[in-house]
Amino acid sequence: HYNTEKYHHMRSVSVDLNHDASLLIDIPDALCERDKVKFTVHTKTTLSSFQKPDFSVPRQHEDFIWLHDTLVETEDYAGLIIPPVPPKPDFESPREKMHKLGEGEATMTKEEYTKMKQELEAEYLAVFKKTVQVHEVFLQRLSSHPILSKDRNFQIFLEYDQDLTVRRKNAKEMFGGFFKNMVKSADEVLISGIKEVDDFFEQEKTFLLDYYSKIKDSTAKAEKMTRSHKNIADDYIHISATLNTLSADDSTYRHCGGYYMSSFVFLQKVEGRVASDQELKLTELLRYYMRDIQAAKDLLYRRARALVDYENSNKALDKARLKSRDIPQAEEHQKQCLQKFDKLSESGKKELTSFKGRRVVAFRKNLIEMAELEIKHAKVSSPIQPRDFYTLIHVYNM
Amino acid sequence: MATSSERSPPPFPDSEDQDVLDSEEVGGRESDEDDDGGGDDLLFVNPSNPPLTKMDTTLPPASQPSDVLMEPPSDLMNDPLIEPFSSLTENKPTSKIVSEPSDDFVDLTNNLADSPEDAAESVLADVAIDTTEIPLDEPSDDFVDIFGGETEAPREEVVIANVTVKAAAAADKSEVTSDVTDPPGDLKTGSDFEQEANETATDSIIDLSDDLLSSNAQKPPLASDQFVDPLVDFLSDAPPAADAKIPSRATVDLFEDEGNDLFTEPRQTKSAKQQQKSLFGEADEDLFGEPLGATTKKPVIKEPKGKPVPTKAARDVSNMGGPLQDGYTAEPADIFSEEAVTTVPSIKKTSAVNSKTNGVHSEEDTDIFAATVELSLDSPQEERKKGVPAVPSASAPSVSAATSLAKPQSASLEELDDDEEEEEEEEEEQEDKFDISISVKDPEKIGDGMNAYMAYKVTTQTPLPMFRNKTFTVRRRFSDFLGLYEKLSEKHGPNGFIVPPPPEKSILGMTKVKVGKEDSSSADFVERRRAALERYLQRIVHHPSLLQDPDVREFLEREELPRAVGTQALSGAGFLKMINKATDAVSKMTIKMNESDVWFEEKLQEVESADQQFRKLHVLVESLVVHRKELSLNTASFAKSTAMLGSAEDNTALSRALSQLAEVEDKMEQLHQDQATNDTFNFAELIADYIRLLGSVRGSFDHRMKAWQRWQDAQAALQKKRETEAKLLWANKPDKLQLVKEEIAEWEVKVTQYERDFDRVTATVRKEVVRFDKEKARNFKREIINYLECLLQSQQQLIKYWEAFLPEAKAIA
Repeated sequence: HYNTEKYHHMRSVSVDLNHDASLLIDIPDALCERDKVKFTVHTKTTLSSFQKPDFSVPRQHEDFIWLHDTLVETEDYAGLIIPPVPPKPDFESPREKMHKLGEGEATMTKEEYTKMKQELEAEYLAVFKKTVQVHEVFLQRLSSHPILSKDRNFQIFLEYDQDLTVRRKNAKEMFGGFFKNMVKSADEVLISGIKEVDDFFEQEKTFLLDYYSKIKDSTAKAEKMTRSHKNIADDYIHISATLNTLSADDSTYRHCGGYYMSSFVFLQKVEGRVASDQELKLTELLRYYMRDIQAAKDLLYRRARALVDYENSNKALDKARLKSRDIPQAEEHQKQCLQKFDKLSESGKKELTSFKGRRVVAFRKNLIEMAELEIKHAKVSSPIQPRDFYTLIHVYNM
Repeated sequence: MATSSERSPPPFPDSEDQDVLDSEEVGGRESDEDDDGGGDDLLFVNPSNPPLTKMDTTLPPASQPSDVLMEPPSDLMNDPLIEPFSSLTENKPTSKIVSEPSDDFVDLTNNLADSPEDAAESVLADVAIDTTEIPLDEPSDDFVDIFGGETEAPREEVVIANVTVKAAAAADKSEVTSDVTDPPGDLKTGSDFEQEANETATDSIIDLSDDLLSSNAQKPPLASDQFVDPLVDFLSDAPPAADAKIPSRATVDLFEDEGNDLFTEPRQTKSAKQQQKSLFGEADEDLFGEPLGATTKKPVIKEPKGKPVPTKAARDVSNMGGPLQDGYTAEPADIFSEEAVTTVPSIKKTSAVNSKTNGVHSEEDTDIFAATVELSLDSPQEERKKGVPAVPSASAPSVSAATSLAKPQSASLEELDDDEEEEEEEEEEQEDKFDISISVKDPEKIGDGMNAYMAYKVTTQTPLPMFRNKTFTVRRRFSDFLGLYEKLSEKHGPNGFIVPPPPEKSILGMTKVKVGKEDSSSADFVERRRAALERYLQRIVHHPSLLQDPDVREFLEREELPRAVGTQALSGAGFLKMINKATDAVSKMTIKMNESDVWFEEKLQEVESADQQFRKLHVLVESLVVHRKELSLNTASFAKSTAMLGSAEDNTALSRALSQLAEVEDKMEQLHQDQATNDTFNFAELIADYIRLLGSVRGSFDHRMKAWQRWQDAQAALQKKRETEAKLLWANKPDKLQLVKEEIAEWEVKVTQYERDFDRVTATVRKEVVRFDKEKARNFKREIINYLECLLQSQQQLIKYWEAFLPEAKAIA
C-alpha cells in the first residue's frame, strides 16, 4: 500500500504538467529482462494525426534515447528546452547487494537474512518503479509541450506497433558522441566568454551556470544523506535480529527480547521510510532539475552558438562589402543568422521563463510533501513508542 | 518442555537431593513458560518422591536400632567422624525435620543479618557438619534460593509437608491413643508400621544410596560405630520428645547468638541439649500436647489460621530482625505454623484422609503423602520462579495445574503468589534504593608526556554505618581501579563470585590523551572510560558481599592508596586474552568434567551463546554509531549545500525556503550527532559492559570446575589408598596397614573438605548467576527504555523542526 501511494505521488514528482486531454501517455507496465527493460507505452488520444484513439507499443530504453537525440538534433527545436533524457536503468547496485547478501547468508540468522532480502527486494522494486516513472515523465513532458507534441518522430515512437529496432550506436558513433560533447564543452567555455547582448540571457546564463554547480553538489550530498539513512535502517535490521537471537537463547530475556526487537524493527521501518521519502521527494527532485538545468543550459548553448554564427555572418558581410564581392549572399546569410538567432532568443526566453515557474512549483510541491512526510514518520514513531514502553515496563514488573 | 524427569539423572553422588531440587527448579521455571502445566506436574512427582522416601526410611532406625540402623545411617551420615552429635540427629526422623526448620531460621536470619554472605557460609559449613545428607543438601539448596529471591516460604512449605507427613504417619501408627508428647511410645508404635514402610522405603533408599557418594557408602563401619554411641546417649538421657530435642537445638542456637557465628555453635551440643529442655518445655506442649487422635486434624487446622499472620510477620521482620526472634521464642510452634503456609489446605485434606484410612495399609498412606508433598512442592516452585526473573502471566499455568489436584490449595497458592509478587516488587525497589551511590567524575590529566595518567574523583554517598562519613571523595587513578579488581578477583573469584570487571586498558586511547590531543575522539575516550569506571564501581558496591570487602572500603575511603602494581597484565589485549584463556580452560575442563548438573550445563551454553550474540551486537551497534556519525556529517554538508543553492536561487520565496531547509538540516545534524552519542553511551557501552561481565561469569564457572577437579583428584587419591589397604590386608602386613589407614583417614577428611568446597562454590556460582541474570534483565530494561526515550525525544524535536518549516514551503509562490 505504501508503495502505491508513494508512486502515485511520484507521478508528478518533478514536473508540473498541464495535462492536455488530447494526448495522454502512460507506462502501465514494464518488463525487466536482464539489463533490458521493456516498457509498454500506452497512448490515449483524440488527435486525428493518430490512426487509433487508444494503443500500446513496446519500447526500450534505447528508443527513448533515440527519440531524445532526434529532438535535440532537430534544428527547429533549437530554441526549446528538450526534456532531459531519462537515465539508464541501473539495477546493478541492488543486484550486487543481493549477491553480497547471498554470500553473507551463513553469517546471518534466517530471520535476519529474510529481512535483509525483503529490504533489498523493496529497494529493487523501488529502483524499477522509479525507472518506469522517469521514462513516463519524459514522454509526458513531450506530450504536454505545444510544439514537441506535434513532432513526427515522437508520434512514430508512440504509434509504430513493431519494435522500433533503433539502430544501436556503434563504437564510432559512440566515440563521435563523446567527441561532440568535448567540442561542446570547449565551445561552452569559448561562448561563455563572448559578450552577451541581451541582459535577460546574460542573467540566465550566470544563474544557470551557478545554479547547476550548486544543485549538482546538493544532489550528491542528498544522495549520501539518503544512503546514510538506509545504512542505519539496515543496522536496525541486524540489531533487532541479534536481539531476537539473544532473547531466544537467554531465559532472562525470553519475555522481553521480543519487545526490544519489535521496537527496533519499528525504528528500522521509520528510518527506512525516511530514507525512501527523502530519496523520492528531495534527491529525485534535485536530480531531475539537475538534468533539466542541463537541458536549459543546452538551450543557452545553442543560442550562443547562433549568436556566434550571426556575428560571424556580420563579419563575413563586412568582409564581402569591403571586397565588394558576394554581398547578396552574405547579406542573405547574415539575415538568416539574425532571424534564427532572434527566433531562438524569443522562444528561449519563453522556455526559460516557463522553466523557472515550473521549477518553483515543483520545488514547492516536493518540499511541502517531504516536510509532511517527515512529520508523519516522526509522529508515527512517537505514539507507538510509548505504547511500546508501556508493554516493556509492564512485562518487566513481574 | 517435559523435562524435569529427564533432567534429574543421578548426578554427583552426594548432590542427589540437590539435583532433584534443581531439576524442579528448572522445571518450575520452564513450566511457566510453556503452558503444559499438567505434564510438568506429573513429572514433578518423580523428583519429589525420593526425598520423601528418604525421610521415611530414617524413621525406622530410631525404633529398630539393631538391624535397620546399620544400613541407613551409614548412608545418611555424611560426617560421623567429626560430629558425634550429628549421628544423634539422625536417630530421629523428626530430628531431620527439625534440622530443616533450623535452616529456615537461617533463611530468616540471613535477611536480618547485614552480612548474609558470612552467615550463609558458616551456616553452610555447619549444616554440612551436623546434619545428614538429606538435610544438608536441602539447606544448601536453600541458600541458593535465599539469594536468588525470597524463598523462605517455599522452603518452609516443603519442610512442613514432611512434618505433616510424619505427624500423620505417626498418628496412623499410634492409632488414636498414642500421645505425641511421649515420643518413645510414638516411635515404638511407629516402628511397627515403619517396618513395613521401611521395607519399601529402604529399598528405595538403597537405590538412592547406590547413586550416593561412594565414599559415603564405603564408610558404613565408621558410621555405625558412631551411631551406636549417640543412640545410647540419646536413649538414656533424652527420654522426652526426641522430636522436641532437635528443634530446640536449632532454636537455641538461634537465640543464643544473633551473629554470623550462630551456626558454628551447634558443636556445643551438650549445652544446647540442656537448654533445649527448658526452652522447649512450652513448645512441646503446644505442638504435641494434645492427644494425637484428635490432634491430627486440629493442629493442622489451627496452624493455617495462624499462618498468614506469621508469614507476614516474618516478612516484616526481615527488615527489623527483633520481632522475629521474639516471636519465635515465645511460640516455637510458629516454626511449624509458618512452614505450614501453603500446605495448610493439603494437610487438612490428608489428615482427613488419614482419619478415614487409619487402619489402612501403610503403603496407601505413603501414596497419599506423596501426593501431598507433590502439591506442596508445587508452591515452592512457583515462588522460586519468582525468584528467577519470570513473567507474571507465566505462573498461571502451574497454578492451574495445581488446581486440578487440589482446588483449595491452588486458591491459597494464588493468594500467596500475589503476596509474593508484591514482596518481590518491594524488594526490588529496596534493592534499587541501595544505600550507597557512587559517582566517578572530573577526569583530570596528571603529569606530562608518557608518564601522564588520568585521575578521577570518586565520590561516595551513603548512610551505611560501615563508613566513617556520609559523603566522601577520593582521587583514584585508572590503575587503582584495576588494582581493586585484581584484589577482589583473587579473593572472591575462587569462591565462585562474579567480580565485575573494570574497562580494559587502552594503549591507543590513552596515548592520544597523553600526547594531549584535544580532539573529540580523545574526549570521547575519556568520557567513555569515566562512565565505564562509574558503572564498574556501582556494580561492586551493589554486590552485597563485595561491598563488605575491606579493600573496597579502603578504595572508597582511604586518602592515599598504595600504588597498584602489576596491572599491566590487564592491559587491553592482555585482558581479552586472559578471558579467552579462561574460556578455553573451561571448555577443556567441561569435557573432562562430564557435567552432570543440568543447570550448569545449560547456563554455560547460555552464557556462551549470549557472549557470542553480545559481541555481534556490539559490532552492529558500533557500526550503527559509525553510520549515524556519517549521517550527521552528510546532513551537515547537505545543509551547507542547500544554503548555497538557496543563495543561488533567484525566486525569493524559494530561496528563503531553501535556506530554511538548510537550517532544519543543520538542526537535524545536531540531532543525529546527539543520537550517535546516545547510541554509544546507552547502547554500545552497555553491551561492552556485558561482554566483560560475561567473561567474569565464565570465570566463576571456571572456578567451580577447578573446585570439582580438586575434589575428584582427592577422591582418586583416596581410592588408591584404599586399594593399597586392601592389598596390604591381603598380604597381611599389619605394620604398614596402620600407616595406610591413617592416610586414608587423612584423605577422607580432604575429600569431604573438597567436596564441601565444591558444593559451596557451586551454590555461590548459582546464586551469583541468578543474581547476574536478574541484574542484567533489569539493567537492560532500564537502558533500552532510556535509549528509546532518547530516540523519542529527538523524534519530537524533529517534528517541531519540520512543522516550523512547513509554512515556509507553503509560502513559495
